[in-house]
Amino acid sequence: MTILTTDGAKQWMFSIKERMEKNIDQLTALDQAIGDGDHGLNMVRGFTEVSGKINNVTYGSVSDVLKSAAMTLSAKVGGASGPLYGTAFLAMSVVFQDKEVDQQVLKQGIVEAAESIKKRGNVELGDKTMYDVWFQVGEVLDSEIEDWNDVAEVCQAMIEDTRELEASKGRASYLGNQSKGHVDPGSMSSFYIFEALVEVLKGEKL
Amino acid sequence: MNAKVGIVIISHSLKIGEGVKELAGQVIQDVPIEVAAGTTENEIGTSIEKIQAAIEKANKGAGALLMYDLGSAKMNAEMAIEFANNQDVKIAEGIPLVEGAYIAAVESNMGHSLAEILLSLEKIQLENM
Repeated sequence: MTILTTDGAKQWMFSIKERMEKNIDQLTALDQAIGDGDHGLNMVRGFTEVSGKINNVTYGSVSDVLKSAAMTLSAKVGGASGPLYGTAFLAMSVVFQDKEVDQQVLKQGIVEAAESIKKRGNVELGDKTMYDVWFQVGEVLDSEIEDWNDVAEVCQAMIEDTRELEASKGRASYLGNQSKGHVDPGSMSSFYIFEALVEVLKGEKL
Repeated sequence: MNAKVGIVIISHSLKIGEGVKELAGQVIQDVPIEVAAGTTENEIGTSIEKIQAAIEKANKGAGALLMYDLGSAKMNAEMAIEFANNQDVKIAEGIPLVEGAYIAAVESNMGHSLAEILLSLEKIQLENM
């Protein structure tokens, strides 16, 4: 059963933009604590560019929408989140090519996206990065899902689980021990990306 | 005269990028050095578009070496290479930007190949850059 349509994919991007705008101060504060403080602004700028770009274009597939988003994020976001999210959406776009997106395909797409983040960022599970969240979502989609809200809930649980870990990648790693107790900003923005996806999936579940 | 290996300076800061080019430029004659620094709005960050354009200008046939400052600049460098499917373009991984660009400029000026320059740079490679 198709769970994500081309229109749904566009809606996903619009919904991400809204969430980033709504939570810009929180993302900024999280990044100020253990990074350079530009994550909120970067996310808003990136997804505003994406929304503007895809808004008036007619796309033939989910894959095309995500490819467009990937290119825009990579080109327009200055920090590490640009190439990382760009890589993730590009990987998803490749998996979705010439396919209807059912749960199995969605899972494959997110697993590949997680792998691409792992490779690009040179990270492992538990390094306290966005990879932890993407990996977890891939795992959950492998099981039978009764309520799409579960996807958002496992993201949140993962963020809470990794809060007390020491960051070993990115600028947060310079803080070492002091990064403990702080939520990773990239994990938080990834949560909003999946929260937006859940909203779209719930709306389209026919 | 054969083309020399081009050097692309990728920095989050426009000023750093231009400064490194200025410094390395002291020791060379006809080595193509291009700067890809700052975002498209010239704010702090790096831009794939800028990196791609710089690679195109710097690669005169002998290949190009990409030098970067911080982690996300390396990620954007990787993506620029993948999108354009560039041959003969390498990233100087874990090489400090200022020292590396200087050494690379000297070596390229001597007519060394991309592989030879990379080998020389290994001497100053950092483990956790």
